[in-house]
Amino acid sequence: MSENTAALQMINIEKYFGLVHALRNINLEVGSNEIIGLIGDNGAGKSTLVKILTGVFPPTQGEFYIAGRKVNYKNYSVKRAHEYGIETVYQDKSLGEKQPLWRNFFIGRQVTYPLGFINVKKEKEIAREIMLNTIGFRGRGITVDSKVNKLSGGERQGVAIGRAMHFEAELIVLDEPTVALSLKEVRKVLNFVHKIKEAGKACVYISHDMQDVYEISDRFVIMDRGEIVASITKQDISLKALDEFLLGYAQGLKDKEHS
Amino acid sequence: MKKIRSFFKFLGKIEALPVVAVLLIMIATFMITAPDVFLKYRIYMSILQTVTPPLILGLGLTFVITAGEIDLSFPAIVALSGFVFAWGYQNLDQDLGRAWATWASFGLALGAGAFAGFINGVLIAKVGVPSIMATLAAQFFWYGATIEMAGGRTWRLKGIQEDQVWEVFVRRIYGIIPQQGRAPIGVPTQALWALGLTIFLWFILNRHKFGESIMFIGDNANVARVMGVNVVATKIRLFTMMGIIAAFAGLILTLQVGVSYPTQGEGMLLLVMAAVFIGGTSIAGGYGSIIGTFFGAFIIISLEPGIVATKVSGYWVQLIEGLVLGASVTLHVIIGEHNIAAFSDRIRRWSTPVRLVQPASEKDSVHLP
Repeated sequence: MSENTAALQMINIEKYFGLVHALRNINLEVGSNEIIGLIGDNGAGKSTLVKILTGVFPPTQGEFYIAGRKVNYKNYSVKRAHEYGIETVYQDKSLGEKQPLWRNFFIGRQVTYPLGFINVKKEKEIAREIMLNTIGFRGRGITVDSKVNKLSGGERQGVAIGRAMHFEAELIVLDEPTVALSLKEVRKVLNFVHKIKEAGKACVYISHDMQDVYEISDRFVIMDRGEIVASITKQDISLKALDEFLLGYAQGLKDKEHS
Repeated sequence: MKKIRSFFKFLGKIEALPVVAVLLIMIATFMITAPDVFLKYRIYMSILQTVTPPLILGLGLTFVITAGEIDLSFPAIVALSGFVFAWGYQNLDQDLGRAWATWASFGLALGAGAFAGFINGVLIAKVGVPSIMATLAAQFFWYGATIEMAGGRTWRLKGIQEDQVWEVFVRRIYGIIPQQGRAPIGVPTQALWALGLTIFLWFILNRHKFGESIMFIGDNANVARVMGVNVVATKIRLFTMMGIIAAFAGLILTLQVGVSYPTQGEGMLLLVMAAVFIGGTSIAGGYGSIIGTFFGAFIIISLEPGIVATKVSGYWVQLIEGLVLGASVTLHVIIGEHNIAAFSDRIRRWSTPVRLVQPASEKDSVHLP
């Protein structure tokens, strides 16, 4: 395993919530500069998978490697995941609404003086730098002191993605970042994802919008009822064929149930 | 015009400005309506003494409310800590000697507060009991426990005025302000402690990791969790801190009067909450103002002597308290940071029609490559 350069490798991951078998036998590999489109219906286990990956809760069984390093999930946590270089952007719970941008950039890993007091000047400086150079906010009206609730949906995701890139994430997980955004805002988010690819990082992108997923992903991983049912590279399939595959798959399941 | 605009913007950035304004207007009014009381320094010394316990409690409660939680149990912890201190004061001196016994009782009382707060924290953060229920239960429990342990009677602290603890925390300091009259009144030491604690806790809330975690938890606990804040541990710490602060306020109160009642602190609950909300702390969580609470406590405490000294009927006290509470909370809504900016915009555009709501248009916000 050690010579492996994959950003992420999950082997035989299982997860139970009480009696519910949420994930079965998950094997997933993400290359070091690969963008994976994770597709699946509601309840397919995408979010559970992401939460295991990002340290929100541990798997029941199985092992996973991040950049070749084995993760000991007994003491794995969100903080640990950050140290391993995994950053997550959730659809709506990445930013504190009433807090200024600079606090949002550094929550959970503040730049501090001794005794845990925050170095506000330094944090604002870096935040300004991220906004200008990493995500390219050049507009009027938004400063590091702006509260998040004054930003549009796309801008919020931009801030979250910029934060992830600043902290040198090797793998950025985007959990339905475009839900409830207007087309224009979705476009902004997709541009941010292209920046991730340009920067040479890996990304797991979860969305229900096939068109978006198809545009940015290198490979599609399809999940259903806690299992990975297919993995298809972009060269092998067109958007239309992918759509048809998913529809056909769903139809097939229905037929199975009826028979 | 530009100068006026930036001036208003500057005003909007000052923390808790509306509260300070309300307090100043109130005091000025009392100076006119009751000049023979409010133009003398004595009343201010007595306000300083009265304000200290609720102010200290308010500082702690500001943290709790900022985290989106509530604590109803602190009045009981005030009683508990007072009793623990009094018990230690009367029972420990044979073993330890007077001075050590007093300090040990002081530590024990703070420890009792920390323990009660820790239990609250575990119930709320670990077990998941809603804070209003957990602390309501704790309030009954600790009052009950205190009355039972105290045997239902008040415990006198004989000779406490000769003790070091008394000297350190509640002595009057003479000579700071010019003395008038025959029996001069000094500055109460406890007010200085309250001031020091205010400054310290302002830094903890606004400039420390702990305070930032509290704000994010109050804003959205899920965000805090996925961004690496240990929500459970932070909440347990928060309630433990509240317990210690409540115990400290209880100690000050007990030392001040020289007596521990098993029911002391009753009536503090709504008073302290009013001070916190007057100060502009958001009931929804996510934002808290220590400075606001500081001045809010002064508003709440100066109202009654002010109204009484004005010699209107005592029946008016509560009515006016209600008015002031309502008015200052309304002021917070109207003169928020954002609204002051909007107000200055309005001044700038005297001649043009006023746009009340600014549309969040594309070109207004960001420009992406």
